[in-house]
Amino acid sequence: MDFSVFFQPAFSGGGIYLDWVLSGIKWTLLVSIFGWVIAFTVGSVVGVMRTTPLAVLRAPATAYVEVFRNIPLLVQMFIWYFVLPEIVPRGMGDWLKTRMPMPEFWNAVLCLGFYTASRVAEQVRSGIQSIPRGQTEAGLAMGLTRWQVYRHVLLPMGYRIVIPPLTSEFLTIFKNSSVALTIGVLELTAQARQISEYTFRTFEVFTIATVVYVLITLTVTVAMRALEKKVRVPGFIGTESGAPPAGH
Amino acid sequence: MFTGFDLDVIQRSLPYLGQGMLFTLGLTLLSMLGGIILGTLLALMRLANFKVLNVPAAGYVNLLRSTPLILVIFWFYFLVPIAIKKLSGDAYAEGLGPFHSALIAFTLFEAAYYCEIIRAGIQSVPRGQVHAAYALGLTYAQAMMKVVLPQAFRNMVPILLTQGIILFQDTSLVYVVGLTDFMGAASKVAQRDGRLVEMYLFAALVYFVLCFSASHCVKRLQLHYNVGR
Repeated sequence: MDFSVFFQPAFSGGGIYLDWVLSGIKWTLLVSIFGWVIAFTVGSVVGVMRTTPLAVLRAPATAYVEVFRNIPLLVQMFIWYFVLPEIVPRGMGDWLKTRMPMPEFWNAVLCLGFYTASRVAEQVRSGIQSIPRGQTEAGLAMGLTRWQVYRHVLLPMGYRIVIPPLTSEFLTIFKNSSVALTIGVLELTAQARQISEYTFRTFEVFTIATVVYVLITLTVTVAMRALEKKVRVPGFIGTESGAPPAGH
Repeated sequence: MFTGFDLDVIQRSLPYLGQGMLFTLGLTLLSMLGGIILGTLLALMRLANFKVLNVPAAGYVNLLRSTPLILVIFWFYFLVPIAIKKLSGDAYAEGLGPFHSALIAFTLFEAAYYCEIIRAGIQSVPRGQVHAAYALGLTYAQAMMKVVLPQAFRNMVPILLTQGIILFQDTSLVYVVGLTDFMGAASKVAQRDGRLVEMYLFAALVYFVLCFSASHCVKRLQLHYNVGR
């Protein structure tokens, strides 16, 4: 067990192997955070759409969730990166293939974002549906439009209720960012693999990678608990429902 | 250059894709079985009152739930041959091969998730049931086997099956160690014939149909279990 490997000169690019690890961490964080921005916004919209009484809004939202949840993330990555530039109109396809900056990164971000959005949509939907119907009806009886009911009554409570599962989804997106290595994003797992191939120190390198992921998880969990404490509504204990949702 | 769909490539490669699908299903079912068995053991360890059982199980579960699956696959892909060499004392012993490394990786990874599901399922049985069982003179083992687990199982089975569907999707990640599961087979045909669009869309369609119908069946099972509640 020789951890000094990280301070040895790297094979290429000058600098030491630790720089590769830091670069990997940077790309993991970037992919995950950008992906989460998409996931949270799109997921909230789709989740709200699934709870409306209008079938014309509900049906596409349900279709979206079913499609993006039932296709593996790896397959979706490949479709975004390899298939999409082929089936869009010629001009856009050429731009995507030749002139797009950092195509691997943006494809990974979009893919992760839309995949996670479907899971966020489910959480938001379950959060809204767990609020008693009386709240909605009272809001409508007071003359609020349906949109105002969502904005002032349902969503504030709904988001507070689902902070624990949303935390879990946020952590999942960090872990799923590793799938981006299949289309060439040099995030942490990819860099770990590369270093281990150059130095043959697989044990030390993968240990560091695992430690970093565990630290990310711990940090996010602690931060989310603090957030939950801060936004908790006194007297209303939003507990995580009985069994944990499946998945990772 | 995309010159139009060539559906013939799918038809030509169906036998090969079928082999890939058998691989995927085999890996899924074996990992599910191993994962549930190990997961139940871990859940019982976590529910025990002895720190010496509690803490290692909790540490294991939290560690594996914080790590990406690809990293776990890499770990076992590289570690299993080394472990075999050390255990057998023979520096040139053959590893078991990538399939068995992947199987071990998936079993151990899913066990952590199954443990949490089973533990929550067991904890969702009201404590009054356990107290009543003890009042009737049952031992801990009898109470578990005859009273708690049957009720817990009812709650757990749909979620266990849903986790199985997720496992089915995740087996596609063995692509990173070069194993030929269904996605790997589709990918190889795609790269050999230059037909990325058709093959990847076909793979997506197959996964969608299988997972959608499986989760639909799980929902119906859940409704069946809920009759009489």
